[in-house]
Amino acid sequence: MPADTSITSQLNSLRTGPDERGHFGIHGGRFVAETLMPLMLELEKAYNHAKTDPQFQEELDYYLRHYVGRPSPLWHAKRLSETLGGAQIYLKREELNHTGSHKLNNVMGQILLARRMGKTRIVAETGAGQHGVATATVCALFGLECEIYMGATDVERQKPNVFRMHLLGAKVHPVTAGAGTLKDAMNEAMRDWVANVENTYFLVGTVAGPHPYPAMVRDFQSIIGTEAREQIQEQTGRLPDAVIAAIGGGSNAMGIFHPFLDDADVPLYGVEAAGLGLDSGKTAASIARGKPGVLHGNRTYLLQDDHGQITEAHSISAGLDYPGIGPEHSWLNDIGRVNYVSATDQQALEAFQTLTRLEGIIPALESAHAVAHAIVMAPTMKKDQTIIVNLSGRGDKDVPTVAAHLGVKL
Amino acid sequence: MSRIKACFDRLKKEGRGALLPYLEAFDPDRETSLALLRQMPEAGADLIEVGVPFSDPSADGPTIQLAAQRGLKAGATLKGVLDLIHEFRKENDHTPIILMGYYNPIDRYGVERFCKDARAADVDGLIVVDLPPEESEELAPYARAEGLDMITLTAPTTPDDRLKAILKDASGFVYYVSITGITGTRSATEDQLKAAMTRLKAATDLPVVAGFGISTPEQARIASRISDGAVVASAIIKDMAATYDEHGHATAKSLPTALDKIRSLAKAVRG
Repeated sequence: MPADTSITSQLNSLRTGPDERGHFGIHGGRFVAETLMPLMLELEKAYNHAKTDPQFQEELDYYLRHYVGRPSPLWHAKRLSETLGGAQIYLKREELNHTGSHKLNNVMGQILLARRMGKTRIVAETGAGQHGVATATVCALFGLECEIYMGATDVERQKPNVFRMHLLGAKVHPVTAGAGTLKDAMNEAMRDWVANVENTYFLVGTVAGPHPYPAMVRDFQSIIGTEAREQIQEQTGRLPDAVIAAIGGGSNAMGIFHPFLDDADVPLYGVEAAGLGLDSGKTAASIARGKPGVLHGNRTYLLQDDHGQITEAHSISAGLDYPGIGPEHSWLNDIGRVNYVSATDQQALEAFQTLTRLEGIIPALESAHAVAHAIVMAPTMKKDQTIIVNLSGRGDKDVPTVAAHLGVKL
Repeated sequence: MSRIKACFDRLKKEGRGALLPYLEAFDPDRETSLALLRQMPEAGADLIEVGVPFSDPSADGPTIQLAAQRGLKAGATLKGVLDLIHEFRKENDHTPIILMGYYNPIDRYGVERFCKDARAADVDGLIVVDLPPEESEELAPYARAEGLDMITLTAPTTPDDRLKAILKDASGFVYYVSITGITGTRSATEDQLKAAMTRLKAATDLPVVAGFGISTPEQARIASRISDGAVVASAIIKDMAATYDEHGHATAKSLPTALDKIRSLAKAVRG
């Protein structure tokens, strides 16, 4: 970097957060029990060290290229675009990564860090099972013990992924507390970690949790946006007119958004899961229907009642079924840089089928929420405008769920 | 003088450590938990920790988690818990009450209003599990202004230099989480506890109590001698919960069972 770009451009950049205590505006922070606090400080130190170590970056690049399969393509979805009759839609094909989703980008980064820190046992939470599968995969690759916490409801609706984790040698613990979804799995994973701090690394799957997780996971996922930003310029000669990504905790969205944050002319759309509808009481839209609060180590928008009790989220997609959202998203909402919108279960189901029929790509139900918003937006735009949709995962795992919703017995 | 300081001064003269039993407010209903709270001092509680039910108690084991769920089902709110303590104070003006819980209900309530209301209800101290010193400035100034002791948590993972830093402004007493783990699971050994107390006493002049994993009278006796007090939570709740009917409601046995457990712990601490 030339010296003259550093000070002023950094001051004007939206990409420099969080502050040294992990805050993004009022959000973020490190709200953990004292037992974990020294570990958070140790992790932060280890990550800061790794981040600036060229050897770490080289090692990560090696695995991303030869094991994960990066870079992922940017696909011009011509039939979908033509059918919608508006903007040209480009799909960032994260579903083509090994294990079938964007999750491996982050997991690969963190597992290399865990190895540097000398940890031999990995715990992780998972919702749809994509993060669990990715974690179990790298544990198999590096010969590490792997314990996955997954809500009992999710174990039921994501059976293929549960079996994949078993095959990969991970132990899957179904969590029956609460509604048996991602929030409860997160609690249980934290309990395991606090009881096994000596040898255990908590491999968080999204851009949430105590500092430094939100920043670290974002950094590892930012490769999505870095590639997409180059690819769209190669293919169209300019930046896109919109970038759309689905949001549960928000890691795929943060990954694609972050490299575009300083491109003020590129509107960014985060699609929350509206579930049965924003006002149905059965929703996972934390920004649309939540209030700032503290859970799982960070302050962020949370679905909660007037007394500060966290309420259950609902989404057809297990990966979006979480009552919170990463703190950087909450901040980007507060400052108005990202537009947070939503798509219902029904819209996602329809988008799932539309994309499958028109492009031959079966999207994960999570990613189908992003596609659903593109289906709404594209017709309102001109034919020479472009939209990038982050296709964060493939939908094989959701085939049983979709079949059930369509009344088909497999 | 604060109730907490008066209590530890008195125990020091008696030459023994404190027993700090824990109850989850509204478990399994308001009346039972109020009755238990009222009878705890007579059964031998020196200080009482009152748990504020939270939907996601990630530092607690299954016993307290279930107690919190029953409490919430019975209608527990932060305001309701403060009212409970206010009622307790009509009959008892000397037993220190420490509220223990998670930060989000306080955050939602509004920290300033909460500290004022806690003072009005005659609460003596606060333990906010997920508010480490790094974030405690959100709450501490308001707590200090109302004369509430913010009880500092320490753990086996806390290094010596950090101990000194976080105990610099501690007040009331220091809570030592004696295991790396969640409540009501494993226990620290006598040697581990002794070594920890040496570290802690080098960093603070305040009384230090030990909690997490203390369940039997013998464990309470040992912990209260090595440290300045023993916190017992899950073991009392577990015994009491075993008396509930199939709907999770209290029975005639519930209160006597909890009080018997506290008596046996108190006897050991005094023995």
